[in-house]
Amino acid sequence: MKKIAFLITLAIGVLLLRAAVDLPDWGDPNSPASLHVSPYYITKSLEETAVPNFVTSVLADYRSYDTMFETTVIFCAGITVLTLLRRARRVSKKVIKPRPARKGSDLILQNAVRLLLPTIQLFAFYVLAHGHHSPGGGFQGGVILGAGFILLAIAYDMHMVFQRLREKTVLLLSGIGVAIYAGIGALCLVLGKNFLGYAALSRILGTTEVMAHSDGILGVEIGVAITVLAIMFSLYIDLASGGDLDEGL
Amino acid sequence: MSWDASYLWQFDVLILPMVIILAIASLSIKDLVSAAILFGAFSFLMCLMWTEMLAVDVAFTEAAVGAGVSTVLFLGTALHIKRKAKD
Repeated sequence: MKKIAFLITLAIGVLLLRAAVDLPDWGDPNSPASLHVSPYYITKSLEETAVPNFVTSVLADYRSYDTMFETTVIFCAGITVLTLLRRARRVSKKVIKPRPARKGSDLILQNAVRLLLPTIQLFAFYVLAHGHHSPGGGFQGGVILGAGFILLAIAYDMHMVFQRLREKTVLLLSGIGVAIYAGIGALCLVLGKNFLGYAALSRILGTTEVMAHSDGILGVEIGVAITVLAIMFSLYIDLASGGDLDEGL
Repeated sequence: MSWDASYLWQFDVLILPMVIILAIASLSIKDLVSAAILFGAFSFLMCLMWTEMLAVDVAFTEAAVGAGVSTVLFLGTALHIKRKAKD
């Protein structure tokens, strides 16, 4: 069965390679992809949104609907895994293979994680806040934050992390992130412009319309980061413990 | 095909065969934990490829998600099911 799948994949790969010869050259300024919308984004991003990194401004301002539904998809994926896997703690301890008990604490690992984790979280906040000027933004910052919590759960016990961040808080955070994103959109609608038209925020923030775009982008990036943090951690605790949140990796 | 179409063709010639070998190996190996680790290595090399194509935001995301969180999720799942793939 695997050989048939391998041969089919190889055939499709050869067909794709033959089609790729006709694609325009890498970085060709006369290709159709860089003639219509791209010059507008590249030239107008700084003066319309005050954000030099036009990847962030395209993601969060010009194409903000797509990012909102992407955040919703991440939220739905986390809820799906939760629905499928989460169950009450097993009464009988009949497992597939017996796991060895943890023999004492791992000195080097735990102390290294204890020293590294504040730097990791600070770096995640930096990536989130500096997404306007450097590569990064909300999604990357949220993933690094979530990975920090996963690191803590791997080095120490899962119960130790649950003393600091309960499961109910994690689920609440994942909903709050999507609500922040859609809430900013609805706020713009209430204040007079379109849904997710950030220029309307200048009325309550008291800045110019261009700076209101930049602040709106920061607001939705914070929403994306909160949801991604919560869902990454929730995916880990559901998958690594088999659903009963008792012991992890 | 013109080999000078990329930014650094030497980098392409060095990394792309490793990417292909890792992809084929991670699908044909029988132990699932090893396959998860090979997926992580594949993600690391794809992060380098994205950087070479000058897409730094994508490389950042690939490094954080693919080589960080996704490998851990695969490992966590592989330790809960039987560790040998059936075919």
